[in-house]
Amino acid sequence: MHRFANPGRFVRLAEKILPWSGGFAVLALGAGLYLSLFASPADYQQGESVRIMYVHVPAAWMALFVYTIIAAASASSLIWRHPLADLVARASAPVGAGFTFLALVTGSLWGKPMWGTWWVWDARLTSVLVLFFLYLGHMALSHAFDDQSRGNRAASILALVGFINVPIIKFSVDWWSTLHQPASVIRLDGPTLHPSMLWPLLVMALGFKLYYVSLLLLRVKSELLAARLRARSLAAVDAA
Amino acid sequence: MDQAQTFLAMGGYGGFVWPAFVLTAAVLVGLLVTTLRRLRALEGDLLRLQASEPPADSAHHLGGAGR
Repeated sequence: MHRFANPGRFVRLAEKILPWSGGFAVLALGAGLYLSLFASPADYQQGESVRIMYVHVPAAWMALFVYTIIAAASASSLIWRHPLADLVARASAPVGAGFTFLALVTGSLWGKPMWGTWWVWDARLTSVLVLFFLYLGHMALSHAFDDQSRGNRAASILALVGFINVPIIKFSVDWWSTLHQPASVIRLDGPTLHPSMLWPLLVMALGFKLYYVSLLLLRVKSELLAARLRARSLAAVDAA
Repeated sequence: MDQAQTFLAMGGYGGFVWPAFVLTAAVLVGLLVTTLRRLRALEGDLLRLQASEPPADSAHHLGGAGR
């Protein structure tokens, strides 16, 4: 992994990947949109409201995925001092917060017609709300110090401690009674979702993931540029 | 026209389905736009800094270019 610690090498690699990840993200999101709005059936119980699933579930998966990336980056920053790890965590946090926000709001929009309420304080919804606050805390901490490395360190520790929330979210629907339905795709015995709904969901989820990859590459590039600018203005202060 | 109306109505759930999709698009596009804007701004700053920096001179020209 330290091979990619060289910023120049990272930027060159990013520039090679970006046209592909970006292009396929647009394709997958476009196809996902078509499949989820036109080419998939209404649910026999939930009617057309089931289409909210095609944005809600990918957003929720990404909320957990991005947090896992941040936690892994935080560990490799604290343990191996990988120089890009902090940048990956900083660049990811606002994106993860966006996905978590979407999971919460689209879930609410789905809950109102199906459960009759926008919100319940059950384990699944509450733990995802906690995830949202963890993201906000991470963003606040990583910007809280003039010395950016201290902020990154504090944010890394928060990310690792907060990681306990990820399995709690995943298994909350099995451990506690809740209005939220249990997992129907990522199960040991295979998905219970009908293929006519599973495929649109998977295509959309792929689009979300490629979107995140593309955004991450752009944002890490920004962080590298910002670091270079800071180093130059520090050099200028030293020279003066 | 009828078809379009039926589609937009989403079997009575249009008021929930459309906000979910529109909001998702808004957040994804918004994050992309802020990301690209920041990248362009930083690239611009760095170019200006390099342009205002004589090769082997001290750095007292940099004052105005700091962020």
